[in-house]
Formats: sequence, C-alpha cells, structure tokens
Amino acid sequence: MSDTGAIEPRIRNGEGLIFWLTGFTLLVVLPLLNVLPTPDSLLHVSDFALNRFGKFLCFAILALGLDLIWGYTGILSLGHGVFFGLGAYAIGMHLMLNIGTESVYGSALPDFMVWNQVKELPFFWKPFYSFGVALAGAILVPTLFALVFGFLAFRSRIKGVYFAIITQALALCAWLVFNRNETNLGGTNGLTDFKQVLGFRLSEPGTQRALYILTVLCLGGAYLLCRWIIRSRTGRVLVAIRDSEQRVLFSGYSPANYKLFVFVVSAALAGLAGALYVPQVGIITPAQIGVLPSLEMVIWVAVGGRGTLLGAALGAVGVNWARSVLTNYFPELWPFFLGGLFVTVVLLFPDGLVGLFARVREKWVASGLWVRKSPTTSESNGRV
Amino acid sequence: MNALRCIALLAAVLLGGGEQAIGAEGPRGTTAAPPLSLVEQSLSGLPTALPLSEIRRLSADLFSEDPSVQEQAVRTLVERGDAQLLAGLEEVRSGGDRAIRLALKPVIELLKNRLNLASKDSDTRRSAAADLGTFGKPIAIPWLEEALARESNRWVRHTIEESVALIKLASDDPTTKISAAAKLGELRSQNAVSALKELIQQAEPEAQPTDQQKAVAQTARAAVERIEVWASWANAFETIFRGISLSSILLIMSLGLAIIFGLMGVINMAHGELMMIGAYATFVTQECFKAYLPAGAFDYYFLAAMPVSFLVVALCGLILEATVIRFLYGRPLETLLATWGVSLVLIQAARVYFGDLTSVAAPSWLSGGAQVMVGVYLPYNRLFIIVLSILCVVGIYFLLFRTGVGLRVRAVMQNRDMSSCLGIPTRKVDAYTFAFGSGLAGLAGCALTLIGNVEPGLGQNYIVDSFMVVVTGGVGKLTGTIVASLGIGGLNKLLEPSFGAVYGKVLILVLVILFLQRRPSGLFMMKGRQADA
Repeated sequence: MSDTGAIEPRIRNGEGLIFWLTGFTLLVVLPLLNVLPTPDSLLHVSDFALNRFGKFLCFAILALGLDLIWGYTGILSLGHGVFFGLGAYAIGMHLMLNIGTESVYGSALPDFMVWNQVKELPFFWKPFYSFGVALAGAILVPTLFALVFGFLAFRSRIKGVYFAIITQALALCAWLVFNRNETNLGGTNGLTDFKQVLGFRLSEPGTQRALYILTVLCLGGAYLLCRWIIRSRTGRVLVAIRDSEQRVLFSGYSPANYKLFVFVVSAALAGLAGALYVPQVGIITPAQIGVLPSLEMVIWVAVGGRGTLLGAALGAVGVNWARSVLTNYFPELWPFFLGGLFVTVVLLFPDGLVGLFARVREKWVASGLWVRKSPTTSESNGRV
Repeated sequence: MNALRCIALLAAVLLGGGEQAIGAEGPRGTTAAPPLSLVEQSLSGLPTALPLSEIRRLSADLFSEDPSVQEQAVRTLVERGDAQLLAGLEEVRSGGDRAIRLALKPVIELLKNRLNLASKDSDTRRSAAADLGTFGKPIAIPWLEEALARESNRWVRHTIEESVALIKLASDDPTTKISAAAKLGELRSQNAVSALKELIQQAEPEAQPTDQQKAVAQTARAAVERIEVWASWANAFETIFRGISLSSILLIMSLGLAIIFGLMGVINMAHGELMMIGAYATFVTQECFKAYLPAGAFDYYFLAAMPVSFLVVALCGLILEATVIRFLYGRPLETLLATWGVSLVLIQAARVYFGDLTSVAAPSWLSGGAQVMVGVYLPYNRLFIIVLSILCVVGIYFLLFRTGVGLRVRAVMQNRDMSSCLGIPTRKVDAYTFAFGSGLAGLAGCALTLIGNVEPGLGQNYIVDSFMVVVTGGVGKLTGTIVASLGIGGLNKLLEPSFGAVYGKVLILVLVILFLQRRPSGLFMMKGRQADA
C-alpha cells in the first residue's frame, strides 16, 4: 500500500467539516463580501478578485480530475490541457457566435474569419449557435476524444513513461493544430472579445458573480463525484492498479477498462473546467492548451498533494495564486519558481501540502513516541 | 584617382536627368569637373576606357526615346567598359533618382556579370552566368561562349550552357529556337520551364499557330517532359536526403536519451536543455577563439567545440544525477517531472544570462555544399551531421559491446539486482552512463549550431520528436533507436510536402499510437521473464 492510502484516513475525519466550511465560504461569504461592503472597506472583495478566484476554482475542477487519474490510478497524463482546451473552445465558439454583429467588422462572422477572408461559417461552427449544443459539446467532445485515445492507448497496455510521452505528443499536436488559421479556430490569437451569454452581458459584475457561483457549485459537484468514485469498489480497484497492475490483472479484473473509465471521467471534468473558464476569463488561445500548461496542471496536483482530492484542489488554487502574484511583481522569476517547485515538491514533499500538513499533525500528536521516517525512501516504494 | 574623376563627370552629366542632361552639360561640366582636359587625358590613358566625349554622348543616349539608340548605347558601354567604369556607374546609380537607376540598370547588370565571368571564384562565375541567362540579352552570347571555352568546372559549364540556350530560346529564328529548346531539355533546366511552356501555349489551336510555331512547340513539349521527369527524380532524391538529415539529428539526440532510458527507465526531460547547454558551450568556445587566438585559428574552433561541449554537458549531467536523479530511482514518473522542472530553470537561466538570440558562425569548411546532380544540392553542414551521427553510433556500439565498461552497463540494463549481487557498482554505472548520455546531448547541441540559431528554447524544437523515437524504438536496443529515428525523421519529411508540417506531425503521432498497438514496448524489446512487459 502506498503512503497516500495511509494518509487518507488521517485527514478523512476532518474532511466533512472542511468540505462544508469551504463550501460555505466560497459560495456565500465571498459573494456577499463582494456585494455588501462599500468598496473601500477592508472586508470588500473586489469584482476583479472574485473573478480571478473563479478562474482558480475552474483549475481546481480540472485538478480533481487529474488527481483521479494520476494520484489514485497512477497514470501520468501530460495532455490534459487538450481536454481543457476542447471544452473551452466549445463554449468559446458559442460565445463567438453570440457576438453577432457587435464585432469590430460588424459582420455576423467572427472577426478572425473576416481577417482570414472566410466567406461562410464553416459547417462545424453551425451547431454552436445553440447554447445547449455548446454546453453538451464542451463535455462530450473531450469525453469522446478521451474515449478513443484512451481505448487505443490502454488496450495495447501503453503505460508509465510511454503513456506520459504519448500524451505529451498529443498536447504538442493539439497546440500545432489549434494554432493554424485554416482550422478556423482563431489561430494564435484564439477566441476572444466575447460580449454576452444567454442574453447576459459578460462585462456586468452580476453575470460574473453568477458564473463564479456556478463554478463553485460545479466544483462541489465534481468533488462529490470524485469522492463517490474513490470510495466505491471501482475506486479501490483504481488504487490497486496504481499499486500493482499485474496483481489486479491476475485477480481477474481488466485494468484497461478501469483505466479507460477514469481517463474519460477526468477528461470530462477538464472539459467542464474549460467551459467555465472561458466566459470568466474572456479568452482562450492555443498557448493555454500546449505542452507547458499541461505539465503545469500536473504540478498543481503534486504541490497540493496527490492522492487526496482536497490537496489537488488546494494545489490548483495555491499555485495559480502564487503565479498571478509572482508574474505581476517578478515576471523573470516565475520560471525559476515553477521549475524549483517541480524539483522541490518531487524530491522533498512527494505528498504535497496536504501530506506535509498531515505529517506535521501526526508528529505533533505523537510527540515523544515519534520515530523519524524519511519521506523519500521507505514510504514510496509502491509508487509508480 | 581616375575613378573619382569619372564619377564626378558622370554625376555632372547624369544628375540633371533625362533630356536636360545635354542642355545642362556646359555650365555643370565646368563647375563639377574643372580641368576637363586633365580628365580626358587620364581616361584615354586606360586601355579599355572610352573617350570622354563618347561617355558623355552615350550617357545621354541612354535616356533617348528611341529604343535602338538606347540599345546601341548600352552595347557600346558594356562592350568597352571596364571595372573602373562599373564602379563609377554604380556610384552614379546609388546617388541618382528613379529614371537614372532604370537607365543604368541594364548597363551595370551586363557589365558586372561580364566582368564576373572571369572571376576566380567558381560560385561567382556561376551566378554571373545565371544572371546573364535570366537577363536574356543576346549581346551576352559571345561572352558566355568564350567563357565556356576556358571553363573547366562542370557545374559552371552547365550553367553557362543553360544561359546560352535560354537566351537563344528568345530569338526570332525558329531553328535556333528548336535547337535551344532541345538543348534545355538535355540540360534538364528547371529555369526554362516557364519559357518553354509559353512557347507551347503559342501553338495552341486557338492562337492559329504557324507550322514553325508548331514545330517549336513540339520540341518544347518534349523538353518540358524531360525536365519534369528529371525534376521529380531530383525532388525524390532531395526528400530522401532531407529525411536522412532530420533522422541523423534525431538520432544524435535520441542516442543519449535512449541509453539513459534503457539503463535507468528514466526519461530525461531536461535532455533538450542539456543540448542547449552544448550549443552555448560551442558559442562560448567560438567567442574564446575570437578573443584569444589569431584569426587564422578561428576556422578550427568547431573541432575544439565538439569535445568541449561533450565534456561540459557530461559534467552537468553528473551534477544533475547527483543532486536530483539519484534520489528518484525506481520512480520514473517523478523523475520525468523533476527533470522537467530542471529544464524550466535552465531555459530561464540561459535567457537571463545570454539573452534571446545568439548565433554561431559555421566554420568556412562547412559552409557551402556539393552539387551531386542537376537540381540537387547537398549542404556540407547537413552532410557533416550525418557523418557525425554515424560516428556516434559506431562509437557507442564499440563502447557498449567491446569494452568492459560496456559489459557492465549491459549487465545492469538486463538485471540490476543480479548485477549488483555479482559485484557491479550499479550506482556508479548509473552515474557514468547518465554523464555519457548527457555528453551525447551536448554533442547534439554542438551539431545543431550548424543549422540554426543558438537560443534558450533550442532543445524544445526537436525534443518531443526524440521522445517519440525512444518510445517507438524500445528499451535497451541501439538498433531500435536507429530504426525509429530513421522512420520518424523520414516520415516527417515524406509527409511534409503533401500534408504540411503540422498535419504531418499529427499523422506521425497517430501512426506511432497505432504502431504501439502492435508492439507496446517499441520495435525491439529486451527479452526477459518480466511479466511487466
């Protein structure tokens, strides 16, 4: 059994309380602080801060899915940016069409098509006039894509480093394809300049607040879904696959099916995260779905603590918050910080913030009887 | 001195522009070039120089309304001009307005290329001949033929013949035309295709061609066909060469990666950045040669840069192994993430220290290329990289299969625990292998400076491709890496023309995934009793 399995019971007792407390804070307290106090009050949460926080929470949804596949099942996917991007572009296309004749060129076509001298809306854009189709597409397109890709990969038992490399190549290819102008997806500039969704102006603080609350609800739903999966029988098989795939195989289970299932679920969550991200941030470009962003997503989970859902969500919010602060004040230092984080977390804190917290608490509780355990050697043998 | 006076005079005559030149000649001539007799004297002392009065008259003729007068002026100026006149004319042109530049252009072009035909450098001769051919003035034919008679270089001869035929193709005489068209077909001249196609079009039934035109068109058609068949061969040959060239780059990069992966199961994500360090080591070596050694030694800096970059990067690899990789044995995915972190830091460090773009000047013995057949030109730097990759393969083969160290490495690769029991210091073997693999990355980086700029992101361009090579090639077999890099490099270039670079890459990913369906562990896998294959 690996260490994460051991940590989980330790934090589980407090989990319900943390979930409801966090949920209450995110869902009620923050929006109220945004609306009620006067702007110069200390407690006031500005529209910008709330919007930025909503963005982090989108990433947290994605991190939950990534944790499901990496933390619990032990499959490292370096291509989750692609699923995120597919969800984001699906909604982005709908919002693009919603601009209508408000665009710079006053044409019913999106601006970039006018630049590229596309005369007619490409066929695959047409269904996205409907919000329902776009929303379904944001979830279903990544799901289907993951189903096909995962089927091919897991059926032939591509795993470990091989799977990581293949998914990284996928991220590179997706980035290349989305960058092209002739795919009619906005090229390097991506999709942006959105005006409204379902008749609500995106520039209104009220719309943004509603989107924020929607994101919190989705995050809560995603959390419950992941928790349900993990506590089910399936979840136990997933952890078993991480710890010894052969033993699972020889016990009569088919690891490929379980892996495919968890890959598809995490892709769907990534798509959902992308769909919520676009209206709040107002732009989606290929730069957000390439190799580096996909790797960054993994580091969110690693920093927070993989193998714990709370940790994944926490890591996503924490790293992105650090990013927005650091890139603001020291733009040159951010790559050093990110790279250093990769190395330090992997070397020194393999269980991330949550693991660190649990260990500190354990040490505190058992002080006196405490025996020093090296975090990198004895505990992590079962890890793949 | 003579040249200077000539310039002064020409400027005085020509700067007035157009027809005014003659009218303005008197007063300006006296003010700009005071003792005219002196100028005349000095010019007449030159064997090929024209008399001053004639230069003046001809210059005015260049602006004449009558094309034949113009033509005659150009002809005389070019036939009797020399390098000094050329320098003077160029000076006038650079200071003149549009009308002057237009009028002087044919004179300068013809004169320059005529003089260049006698140059010592074969490339200059060749480009002069090619320029004369494109310029298409019949006046150049005798010069070209004269140059042909004394030319010994095969490719310069080819270009001269091509140019002569191209000029003749534009003549009015049908028999000349036919023989020129046939000649061009024989020469497989790609430059002539559009002119030949025009001739064919003139003979379309709608244009009501004469019999002569029909005959010309027939020859032209045969010639075009011949040229196009040849071009498709040359194209195929060039695609193959480009594929091999890319493959050899991928091979040098992947060899180090594959050895490390084979031995330790570790994908080193910082491999690209180790290459980048190798490239910067080459750059620094070059700068040192520039600063501390005599200029004559500069051409050999590359020979010093290769071992330097190998050693520097091997040292970096040793440090990386000791500080990061060593703690992550048996955890390949963690290693992958940690090395990626290292690569981010290295890229940013290079960006901060060296700035964004620095370039290495290829040594003169690697610039240029070899023409192997009509339309196929192989650059020396690419050939060098191909040779280097072959040498690397041979070297690694020798090291792995013919030395004691190689024996130990192979033993650890096959069964780490058993080797350890038998007294092989596995951790040491790991460290040295990692350093060696890194050194190969450094060598790859050094080679890459020959074909591109040195920039912090250098490693990123090929790195995903080389990961794919390693994954496709399989663990622990040199052959797998070689075959996979040939396959992926070749496919890349094969698919590029018809699908474009982007979709070619996508297609390759699809092919690799489909390939892994059949062979999940790559082309060649280690045979063993592991169920975890």
